[in-house]
Amino acid sequence: MKSFDPEKNEYCYDAVVVGGGPAGMSAALELYDNGIKDVLIIERDVKLGGILNQCIHPGFGIEMFKEELTGPEFSGRIEAKVREYGIECALRSMVLSVDPDLTVTATSPDRGVYTVRTGAVILAMGCRERPRGALNTPGTRPAGIFTAGAAQRYVNVYGYLPGREVVILGSGDIGLIMARRMTLEGAHVKAVCEIMSYSGGLARNIEQCLNDFNIPLLLSHTVVETHGKDRLTGVTIAEVETVPGKGRVPVKGTEQYIPCDTLLLSVGLIPENELTRKCGIPLSRVTKGPEVDQHRETEVPGIYACGNVLHVHDLADFAAEEARIAGKAAAKRVKELRASGQWPCDSDCAEAEAEDLGNAQGRFTAKLHTDGKVRYVVPQRISAKEDVKVYFRVSDVFNDPTLVVRCPAIEYPDGSGEPLLLFRKRYAKLIPGTMQSVTLTREMLDRVPDSYTIEFGLV
Amino acid sequence: MKKTFTCIICPKGCEIETETGGEAPVITGYSCVRGKRYAEAEVTNPVRTLTTTVRLRSGLMLPVRTAAPVPKSMLFRCMEAVKAIELPEGPVKAGDVVAEDLCGTGVKLVACADGQ
Repeated sequence: MKSFDPEKNEYCYDAVVVGGGPAGMSAALELYDNGIKDVLIIERDVKLGGILNQCIHPGFGIEMFKEELTGPEFSGRIEAKVREYGIECALRSMVLSVDPDLTVTATSPDRGVYTVRTGAVILAMGCRERPRGALNTPGTRPAGIFTAGAAQRYVNVYGYLPGREVVILGSGDIGLIMARRMTLEGAHVKAVCEIMSYSGGLARNIEQCLNDFNIPLLLSHTVVETHGKDRLTGVTIAEVETVPGKGRVPVKGTEQYIPCDTLLLSVGLIPENELTRKCGIPLSRVTKGPEVDQHRETEVPGIYACGNVLHVHDLADFAAEEARIAGKAAAKRVKELRASGQWPCDSDCAEAEAEDLGNAQGRFTAKLHTDGKVRYVVPQRISAKEDVKVYFRVSDVFNDPTLVVRCPAIEYPDGSGEPLLLFRKRYAKLIPGTMQSVTLTREMLDRVPDSYTIEFGLV
Repeated sequence: MKKTFTCIICPKGCEIETETGGEAPVITGYSCVRGKRYAEAEVTNPVRTLTTTVRLRSGLMLPVRTAAPVPKSMLFRCMEAVKAIELPEGPVKAGDVVAEDLCGTGVKLVACADGQ
């Protein structure tokens, strides 16, 4: 199906994957495995692998390959398969826009500004770190303040040590991993401050990255001021307490000055959805990713999303697994387009057929809501009665909670109505750092009326 | 002596309790055989897989790892030894042995990615 129109600098592929990290590559492999072979992966870096190229620590692949690999080894294995299949990759190629009619515009030094017409787009752009500007920390703005991931790239890819005396704010996994990495490279990590009363990182990382090197983890602490003119000279940290109506505020009198030349920020990840937003695809305010159905299809027919661009995953393995769902659904779509003679298509028909497919699927829909204790669910809607694995994350630490999945009061014609309980499950403990999943079976969905809401809550 | 720690073998992070002093350490709280083995090592000879980088001739860094865990007490000495490594001319492939016996541990250091 592949073609090229040199006059318009326009290519035509069955499917386009935006992003060549573990999710993007896995989505492309799944397309191929399902018979869709003319796939183009567009990646802006000089090589495939995404963020895994700088994640040199072990801990990847336990779910997918049943052995513990480093990031480069994990992505290397997926990439080897991409090469073996001969899937085309446009490297150093930056996507500028994805249009609802499934036209992708990109630019690269080799091809110039080019467009790709396609039958399906899979968004797999990953996420970015929450930057320093989002924190509004008082104080000066000297050099020496990095996001943990930027420091990771300096150390692991370019071989520069960004500082000697280090304080880390945020105990997410990247912060913990960097505490160990900087220590091994000869820096002195003085403390890891965490504003919450618990760490968002994996328990094993607290053990092997902090405890192994006697690095103190200061829970309920944050940085309240940065000092220094040209280079950071120190930070003031303080304890925080929760004040009703005001959130977490520093406690007066608990301030401590820590001299340091470097502050690393590991304060959260945000799905990178500029392209998605520009395309007009609705985003979830909680996940910051697009709202999708169980096939990871966004509100725009033919555009799918998977991996960390959709919601931040705990493990690369899970991001890659999710990509398989999107890849499979995208392959089915392209095959249906082909069977109905709508693909490969003339320039204007993409929109029309997209609507047709949408209607065909629209026989059953259910929206998935949460009660706030369950922070979010993915997918956010279900578009067919089939077994659906729903992933969820909670908003706080809950001991001995019960997950309740139900439809709020269904009203019958005679005026009676009561909530419809679909599923209950008791857990020993739920924490925000660990994503959970439950399967809503076809039988459960059979009991849900069309266009109803399914609510996920904790009691 | 009683000691509680978090298992680092997989992301599950089981809380393992060990009690030493008797003939063999008493270990509870693990949920797989790898966790039990980890806990045994943790109270006798704790070991860790070391991952770091070696400078390629191109100036960029090559990710490397120890082929097996090395004693925890040797980590910093191993880091010094890794810094002294000079890679030969020509391309390196993932899986290539970069050092045969790292710092007297008897453990190989291998490349995790291709490089030039």
